Amino acid sequence: MDLTLHVWRQKGPQDKGKLETYPAKNVSPDMSFLEMLDEINDGLIRQGKDPIAFDHDCREGICGMCSSVVNGRPHGKQEKTTVCQLHMRQYNDGDEIFIEPWRAKAFPVQKDLIVDRTSLDVIMQAGGYVSCHTGGVADANALLIPKPVADYAMDAAECIGCGACIAACPNSSAMLFTSAKVAQLAALPQGKAEARERVQAMSQAILDEGFGNCTNHYECEAACPKGISVKFIAKLNREYLKSMIPTSTIA
Amino acid sequence: MILDGKAPTGQVDTSWDRYREDMKLVNPSNKRKYKIIVVGSGLAGGAGAASLGELGYNVDCFCYQDSPRRAHSIGAQGGINAAKNYPSDGDSIYRLFYDTVKGGDFRSREADVWRLAQVSNNIIDQCVAQGVPFARDYAGYLDNRSFGGAQVSRTFYARGQTGQQLLLGAYSALSRQIKNKAVTMHPRTEMLDLVVVDGVAKGITVRNLMTGEIESHWGDAVILATGGYVNVFNLSTNAMGSSVTAIWKAVKKGAYMANPCYTQIHPTCIPVHGEHQSKLTLMSESLRNDGRIWVPKNAADCEKHPSEIPEDARDYYLERKYPSYGNLAPRDISSRSAKEACDADLGVGPGKRGVYLDFKDAIARVSEKTIAERYGNLFDMYEKITDENGYERPMRIYPAPHYNMGGLWVDYECSSNIPGLFVLGEANFSVHGANRLGASALMQGLADGYFVIPYTIAPYLASLKSPGEVREDHPEFKKAAEDVETRTEKLLSIKGKKSVSEIQKELGNVMWENVGMARSKESLENALQLIPEIRDEFWNNVNVTGDSKDLNQQLENAGRVADFLEFAEMLTEDALNREESCGGHFRTEHQTDEGEAMRDDENFSYVAAWEFKGTGVKPELHKEPLKFERIKLAVRSYK
Repeated sequence: MDLTLHVWRQKGPQDKGKLETYPAKNVSPDMSFLEMLDEINDGLIRQGKDPIAFDHDCREGICGMCSSVVNGRPHGKQEKTTVCQLHMRQYNDGDEIFIEPWRAKAFPVQKDLIVDRTSLDVIMQAGGYVSCHTGGVADANALLIPKPVADYAMDAAECIGCGACIAACPNSSAMLFTSAKVAQLAALPQGKAEARERVQAMSQAILDEGFGNCTNHYECEAACPKGISVKFIAKLNREYLKSMIPTSTIA
Repeated sequence: MILDGKAPTGQVDTSWDRYREDMKLVNPSNKRKYKIIVVGSGLAGGAGAASLGELGYNVDCFCYQDSPRRAHSIGAQGGINAAKNYPSDGDSIYRLFYDTVKGGDFRSREADVWRLAQVSNNIIDQCVAQGVPFARDYAGYLDNRSFGGAQVSRTFYARGQTGQQLLLGAYSALSRQIKNKAVTMHPRTEMLDLVVVDGVAKGITVRNLMTGEIESHWGDAVILATGGYVNVFNLSTNAMGSSVTAIWKAVKKGAYMANPCYTQIHPTCIPVHGEHQSKLTLMSESLRNDGRIWVPKNAADCEKHPSEIPEDARDYYLERKYPSYGNLAPRDISSRSAKEACDADLGVGPGKRGVYLDFKDAIARVSEKTIAERYGNLFDMYEKITDENGYERPMRIYPAPHYNMGGLWVDYECSSNIPGLFVLGEANFSVHGANRLGASALMQGLADGYFVIPYTIAPYLASLKSPGEVREDHPEFKKAAEDVETRTEKLLSIKGKKSVSEIQKELGNVMWENVGMARSKESLENALQLIPEIRDEFWNNVNVTGDSKDLNQQLENAGRVADFLEFAEMLTEDALNREESCGGHFRTEHQTDEGEAMRDDENFSYVAAWEFKGTGVKPELHKEPLKFERIKLAVRSYK
């Protein structure tokens, strides 16, 4: 099939950037979206032009590195798919495809389709962990975690940290991303001890990093390549509320 | 030279305990005087950086991705082994040790493997404490599954995303240390040289991938945990950025490369479908718990829809050849059998390079819902890539390069032959011998990071007279930075006709065809002829676009390909030297009448450690003889 691509080109963080148009000829339906971009880049190199910079690494939908908005949707139109796993059989001959970087104040564009997502690491550093030291922990079966609880935690833990939820949100909210970690650890006995401090610290980090708030658009869940549910945002809010109530030990 | 692995002498069962009793320690208040560099943030590097930070050392951790959470450990799916014996099916530390040594075709160091099996149980405890959501039963106990090369269920898993969940556990521990300022993280940097001062590793030179700036970083010790090199083959399951570069820079500074020819070809990957393809996708070996592998008995049936091929016209070849292990035969054996079937013209799918992995019987036995619960994400992934539904028709699979058992030579302390340079995880050669068993890579990465290096680095650090003595102003750092700048400018100045990816593909094809699943003297000599030709073409005719002081992905990849072009020769030399078949290294000259690998213990029961002598010059071989005291050498049989 033949396609027309409109790709965001931006030389660096200070550059204004603009859409450039490239024809994509003889695209095989079995190609992944990124393999299609590889071929465009080979063509640009042959013409002595600068190839399109885009983030990618594992190309099997798990590392969370790839990050493009395709025709207005983060990771493109296929549900629960990263752009590296999006295949060209989803498109038809003659289609026009607009390819842009994640757009959010907290994700400054670095070059073309590459953005800086350090703010997501900062949110995790605020409290996305159980404070256990290496060694000196109890036997793994000493904590009984019934299957439904383990499954709930795993549903949340599947987040790959790509940032599509933020790119999809009109408020650039990082609530789904943050809630996935808060909910995973709040559901498990290991995480309960620090639940109050964790939700407070991670919520504060969201604000400090310049992300917006959640106003229930649910665009995040629709864009999430792992189908992380917005129910975890409700869990985050509950955990946050709980943390505001003084307890007998923290008066 | 005869190398000494420095494994503790005496009974292997107590060797790790005795080592820890005897080792030198660093006083808690002295730890803050040391700075340790960790390159790589996967299971080994991430766990190591976090644990060393917890102990009080100053750690600087480097990765080329934008976040440490993205290291390719994340790609591992099926699980992690441990000798917990929760199912009471007869497992023990000894059995895990024995299975690992046997699975590696008796080409690993006993004491290292024993230690791995011993700490495997601590790993599961540690990960659970971090909140890793392993699969559980309704009563809340941990669940286990089986993996290849074992007759017990010792594999712990988190759906099909075990590597991801374990990495996120290590990442969470690392994040905590970054917040505590014990670890300084340097994402989007690539190590381009090892700085050696008076024969001792004292730091690294890196390129900041966002700005192109060349930076120097000093450290009292340097730890490389930079993963695998099988992207030397065309189309592997490794991440696009996985490369030999970091460890190759160390080799060029004098570190020995051990057993580079031990590469693993994973049997359950999605077959190649076109010329444009950039990588292959692995599907967890755990699928072989429930899937049955077969090809048609008659070549005439290969084009038919699989449902039209009756039971008696199918050859479930693994079950037939290896009745006691069946579809769970080890990876090297399964891969070679798939190749044999396809070479006999019995392959299925495009290009006839594929075999069926059939879930029909398992679905009938336990229901589609249960199969979806176990492997749902793998079936989804398969459908996205191939447009076929694995529940309705058998999946097609074919082997692909996946892992390397070889790597930098290290002694029992994970120390290379360069003092101060330590190597962890897939980047070292230590425990998997000539073939790695499934669910053992995660185990090794975390064992090295959490439970080995925090101990074994201490004696080295304690031996340093004045920590922090050599800093970035030392002439060796300036020289290393200048060398990197010169090479970068050279790459950009060639301005030839071929793209980096074209040349990478040429090299990768030569390696896959001549140094892949089956190797012969003839094919290896052919590769040794072709590799220098491709390397010459690269340095005379490659076109690397853009500038050095900018984000330049072409330049990044050009540097990696340039290193692969040198390393490929050493890998091939090793394969040529090893006149036997063992594990993942199969020499067609050395096989039994039944086509099984034939080891030569008399002449090749050693670790081959290669010393770099210059590009295009034959490397020098050093040997570390392997001793087997706890177990008896035996012919590996899975029948």
